[in-house]
Amino acid sequence: MSMDITLGRDAIARLCDRVEAAQQGAYAIPKLTDDYPGMTIGDGYAVQLELRRRFIAQGHRQLGWKAGLTSKAKMIQMGVNVPSIGFLTDRMARPESSAIKTSDLVHPRVECEVAFVMKKGLKGPGCTRQDVLDATDYVLPAVEIIDSRFSGFKFDLPSVVADNGSSARFVGGGRARYADDIDLRTLGVVMEKNGEIVTLGASAAVLGHPAEAIAMLVNILAELGEELPAGSFVMSGGITEAIPVKPGDSIVARFQELGSVSMRFIE
Amino acid sequence: MNEEKIKQYGDELYDAWLACRPVRPLLEREPDISIEDAYQIQERFVARRVQAGETIIGKKIGATSKPVQDFLGVYQPDFGMLLSGMVYQEGDTIDLATLIQPKAEAELAFVLKADLKGPGITAMDVIRATDYVLPCFEIVDSRITDWKIKIQDTVADNASCGVYVLGKTRGDPRQLDITLAGMVLEKNGELFSTGVGAAVQGSPANAVAWLANTLGELGIPFKAGEVILSGSQSALVPVVDGDELVCTAGGLGTCSVKFAGRSQA
Repeated sequence: MSMDITLGRDAIARLCDRVEAAQQGAYAIPKLTDDYPGMTIGDGYAVQLELRRRFIAQGHRQLGWKAGLTSKAKMIQMGVNVPSIGFLTDRMARPESSAIKTSDLVHPRVECEVAFVMKKGLKGPGCTRQDVLDATDYVLPAVEIIDSRFSGFKFDLPSVVADNGSSARFVGGGRARYADDIDLRTLGVVMEKNGEIVTLGASAAVLGHPAEAIAMLVNILAELGEELPAGSFVMSGGITEAIPVKPGDSIVARFQELGSVSMRFIE
Repeated sequence: MNEEKIKQYGDELYDAWLACRPVRPLLEREPDISIEDAYQIQERFVARRVQAGETIIGKKIGATSKPVQDFLGVYQPDFGMLLSGMVYQEGDTIDLATLIQPKAEAELAFVLKADLKGPGITAMDVIRATDYVLPCFEIVDSRITDWKIKIQDTVADNASCGVYVLGKTRGDPRQLDITLAGMVLEKNGELFSTGVGAAVQGSPANAVAWLANTLGELGIPFKAGEVILSGSQSALVPVVDGDELVCTAGGLGTCSVKFAGRSQA
């Protein structure tokens, strides 16, 4: 994967304007590569980091990161061999069992994920699954509400990276556990929408082991000249397929050993 | 369907199984076969195997997951009989020459310590009557050409049961979350699919209760010591010479199996 930046500062700022406006106005835009066909993944991350700079300047607090495109099927579909990452802020966090507004989202979808809270910082390159487990304070179940700002969820990797990996909202909850006390590879997961099972799987669906996704995230951060600080909240990527939600829907994600996370969606 | 035809088709399936040579779909030849007829054909097929020296050692539940039900167009499970000649031990190599067109499924097997007789059986009764559960592979196989099955074909063909392999790790369903236990299936060291107990009728115990009640209506009880295969928690895996499969049920353990030789179709 090339982290080369080919676009100038002006172009990056203009693309960031588009993404920021779409996120804050909750509307869909065409993928960025329509106007910038030569845009690289490195350019995508430059836009994402500019977006983060603006949010932090506006007073948002960064809580951590998320990995996306972590299943083999999704990576093949996107023609990449690494996951993508996005940043998470306090403005995206929603409490467990809360009502989540959809009027400020474009076309939200929900995924079940294992989340990690770090007690030690991690720095790539060369970060391994075991390094991640050694640096983990605890793991917990989470539901990520993704919301691509691109029309019809149609995008390519540079565009989705610029759009902060479709990050929108997330809910952490359930039961915190020490990573050493459970087998993080074989956790079963069931997602129910309005009382009916809509998708299911086991945690190995994420790169064979969720901690593998965190290690890759740390290594991508290294390529961006960043590291993962102690205290970070990190989501390891969807175990289950993304399920569309609309006002009136109620979601319960049930995780083996980790309890459940629930939420409902309103206008 | 008259008794003579039931006997004829049951015998035909027995011969197909013995010779490892598939036959045309029954439903293509007899469009009016009912599911009840199909179970009577199955009874004849199984009776022939018992006459030839095998014993019935348990039951299997099939068509439990939504993808399989969508494929068959039937929205309830089916069942077949487990026979003594179907058993392999963990780590065994299965000779594909003894099968026609095998596919593997990762499941949870229940071994009972008490009889269970429906109707009126609930998932709670199933847990109460269970001695232990095991991760297992069922190798399904069809005696019908190219798996061109409708529900009547698979039911008549003993629910497409081929052989099965039980893992060695025993789990107590009172200490294990069988509903949320993940199921990870690897083929030749690579992740093939993931699933979870809830994929089977909301919980494997629900599927076993369903079968206890269905068989209860027919006056057939589950006996202590019987093995009940509760239904696939994975995608169907086609297998060829040299393949090795491992399934891991979260919190329980693994089952592995190898394949050698060439299947007949």
